[in-house]
Amino acid sequence: MANKRFTLTCCDGSSCLRNQARQVRQALEEELERQQLRQDVEIHLSGCVGMCSKGPILIVNPGYIMYGNLRPEDAVEIVQKHLVEGEPVSRLVISEDHLFNRFYRIFGDSEFFGRQMRIALRNCGIVDPEKLDDYLAMRGYEALARVLTEMTPQQVIEEVKKSGLRGRGGAGFPTGLKWEYTARQPESEKYVICNADEGDPGAFMDRSAIEGDPHTILEGMIIGGYAIGSHQGIIYIRAEYPLAVKRLQKAIEDARREGLLGERILGSDFSFDIRICLGAGAFVCGEETAMIHSIEGYRGMPRPRPPYPSVSGLFGKPTLINNVETWANIPVVIIEGAKWFSSIGTATSKGTKVFALAGKVHNTGLIEVPMGTTLREIIFGIGGGIPNGKKFKAVQTGGPSGGCLPEQYLDTQIDYESLTKAGSIMGSGGMIVIDEDSCMVKMAKFFIEFTQDESCGKCTPCREGTKRMLEILTRITKGDGRPGDIEKLERLGMMIQKASLCGLGQSAPNPILSTIRNFRDEYEEHIHQKKCRAHECTALLSFIIQDNCVGCGACKRVCPVNAISGNRKEKHVISQQLCIKCGQCYLACKFNAIAKE
Amino acid sequence: MTQTAVQVKEDKLQSLREYMQTVKDKPYPESYLIEILHKVQDVFGYLPREMMDEVAHTLEIPTAHIWGVATFYHHFNREPIGKHVVSICMGTACYVKGASAVLETLKKELGIEVGKTTPDGLFTLREARCLGACGIAPVIMVDEKIYGQLDTKKTIDIINQYRKAAAVEQTAAGAESRRGKP
Repeated sequence: MANKRFTLTCCDGSSCLRNQARQVRQALEEELERQQLRQDVEIHLSGCVGMCSKGPILIVNPGYIMYGNLRPEDAVEIVQKHLVEGEPVSRLVISEDHLFNRFYRIFGDSEFFGRQMRIALRNCGIVDPEKLDDYLAMRGYEALARVLTEMTPQQVIEEVKKSGLRGRGGAGFPTGLKWEYTARQPESEKYVICNADEGDPGAFMDRSAIEGDPHTILEGMIIGGYAIGSHQGIIYIRAEYPLAVKRLQKAIEDARREGLLGERILGSDFSFDIRICLGAGAFVCGEETAMIHSIEGYRGMPRPRPPYPSVSGLFGKPTLINNVETWANIPVVIIEGAKWFSSIGTATSKGTKVFALAGKVHNTGLIEVPMGTTLREIIFGIGGGIPNGKKFKAVQTGGPSGGCLPEQYLDTQIDYESLTKAGSIMGSGGMIVIDEDSCMVKMAKFFIEFTQDESCGKCTPCREGTKRMLEILTRITKGDGRPGDIEKLERLGMMIQKASLCGLGQSAPNPILSTIRNFRDEYEEHIHQKKCRAHECTALLSFIIQDNCVGCGACKRVCPVNAISGNRKEKHVISQQLCIKCGQCYLACKFNAIAKE
Repeated sequence: MTQTAVQVKEDKLQSLREYMQTVKDKPYPESYLIEILHKVQDVFGYLPREMMDEVAHTLEIPTAHIWGVATFYHHFNREPIGKHVVSICMGTACYVKGASAVLETLKKELGIEVGKTTPDGLFTLREARCLGACGIAPVIMVDEKIYGQLDTKKTIDIINQYRKAAAVEQTAAGAESRRGKP
C-alpha cells in the first residue's frame, strides 16, 4: 500500500476552472477518502501553470508528473495506478519530468537559456556542489542504484551503445563500443579514468561541469566501473583548477561516507573507489597514452597505438578513458533511457554538446545545445551577436586542434561529421568568436606557438615541424614573408598531420591550414603588400598621432628610440623612419590620440 | 617569516614525510610521484635539491628519474619564487580581448620580465595557459585568485592591493617581534 506522501498540485487558473478543474479535484479527494489515503496526500492549489490549452492540469510530486486534459472520471485511475501502485497513468501524462527540465523551472525561458538543452550541465547552477543531499534530491545516484539492482554489466553497455553517445573529448568515438572492448578483456585488474585535463586554450567546460556538479562525474564513473568490471577509478585533473579539485575531494569523501563509493556499494557485491591524480601543466597529457604515463609517474609522453588503452592501458591493464562531459551524460542515459537520449541530435551525433562560448560575443559563457544546432543560432542567438557593431569574421572551434570557419559556414549544423567536413573539428568544445579586429595570420601563429611549446618532443614531425611553421608565420607577421611561404606551410602542415605520433601533432597544423583555406587573401596581403587589415601585426602598420593629441608628452617619454617630437601642449609627431613599431606610445596615450594605420 | 608561518611549514613537511611512508607500500608507488612533487612545492614553493634526494631515497626511485619528471611539467619550479605568483592568462579568449596589453602593464609595473621575481621577493610573473575563465577575459591569477575583465588601471590596482597587504603584514610582524624582545 502507498505509505509515501504525495503532493498533488491542481491548477486553479480560470482556464482550467472552465474545464471542470474543480470537479476533477473533488473527484480526486473523494477517491482518496474512499481508499483511505487522504492523510498521505497533500493537495495544493496553484495559480495558472501556463498550459491552458491542456487544462485541467494536475502535477504529482515526487517525480513532477504532469497530467492534462483531465476528466473527473480519470480520478479513480490516477489514484489507483499512480498513488497506490506507483505507476503514472501514461495515457494522461502530458509532460514527464526529464532531468534537464528543472533548469528551466528555475532560470526560465530566456534567449540565452531557452535555446539550450542541459543534460551534462543539468544540475550546474541548481545544486550546491558541496552538498550530496542536493544532488540526491535531483535524482542523483538513482541511475547507479538502478544499475546495481536491476541491470547486468552487459545490459548497461547495451544501453550506452543504443544511446548513440560518443566521446565528448573531441574525437567522437562511440562510448558504448569503448566500454564493450574494455569489458571484453579477460583480466581482473582494470581501470576507469576520467580525463579532466582540459588544456585547450579557450575551453572551460570540464572545469565548470566539475565545479558545478561533481557527483555526476563520480556516478558516471562508478557505473562505468560496474559495466567493465573495474574497481578503481582515477580522475586526472589539471592542477590549475584548485576549486574543481577541492569539490571533487569533498564529493568523493561524502560519497564514501554514504556507501556510494568504496566496498560493497549500496549493499551490492560491487566495490569501486576513486582517486584524484593531479596534472602538472602539460597539454600533451590530455592525449590518452600520455596521460597514462603521467599517472604512472613518468614524463607525459604518448606512445603509438595500438595497443589501445582498452587492451593495455594504465599499468599495462585494460583501461577505460572518457572525458568529463561523457561521464556526466551517463546517469541521464540510464535514467531517461537510450531511446530518449537518441531522440536528441542528428543522425550520427546524439545528445547535446557543451561549448565554452568566448571571444567577441555579447553573452560569453558555458552553453549546452542539442547536436544539430547551427553555428549561427549559437553565435547570434544564444551568444547575442558581436558587440560594438563589429563584423563577424570567423569562429574557431576545437582549440589548437581545430580550425577557423568563416561566415559561409555559419549555417553548419553542429555534429562531429559536419564540422569535420567544414574543415574544423568538434574538439572538446572551445568556441571562440573572432571579429574583424583580429588578424587570422596572427591567430594561426598564436595556436602554433601553443602547440610548438607544448609538443613533448618525442617525434620529429611535431617537434621540428611545428617549430618551422612558427618561424615562417613569425616572419610573415613581421613583414618578412616571402613568395612561396603559403605553399611551404601547406606542405609542412600535411606532413605533420600524416607523420606525427599522437593527436597533438596530427592536429597541430589544423589552425594554419584552415586559415589558409578560408583566409588566403589575408596571408597574401601580409606577404606581398606587407599589410595587415586587422591592424594587429604591429610590424606591418604605422602609428600616427591624430589631431586630438593634447601634447601631454606621455608617448614621448616611453618611446625607446626617441622617434616622437613635439612641444608641450602641442600636437606631437612620430618619425616613421625612426619608429620601431613597438607600440609603447599607443599603450601610453590616455587620449586615444594615436591611430594604427 | 613569522613564527606561525615556520610552524605551518614544519607541520606540512612532517605530513609530507608521513605521506611518503604510506605511499611506499602501496601498489605502483611511482604513480604517486607527481602528487608528492606537488606537495613538496606546496611546502617550499619550489623543488629544492635536498628534498628531491629525500624523495628519491624514500620511494627508491632514481633521482635522475624524478628530475626527468619534474622538468617535463610546467607547473614545477626549480628556483624559489615570490610570495605571490601573478599568472597572466595567454589563452585564446584573453588574447583576443587584449591580454598582451595587460602583460605589458604588469611588466612595466613590476619592472620584471616573465618568469622572473621582483627584487623584494613579493611577485613572480608568469604566463599561463588558459585559466578557464574566458568569460571574463582578459584575466590574471594571483596565487589562486582570479581577476577578470582587466584593463591597465585595474591591473595596477590589484598589484597595489597586494603591496599594501604585504606592507601591513610587515609592520604587524615588526611590532610583534619588538614586543617579543625584553
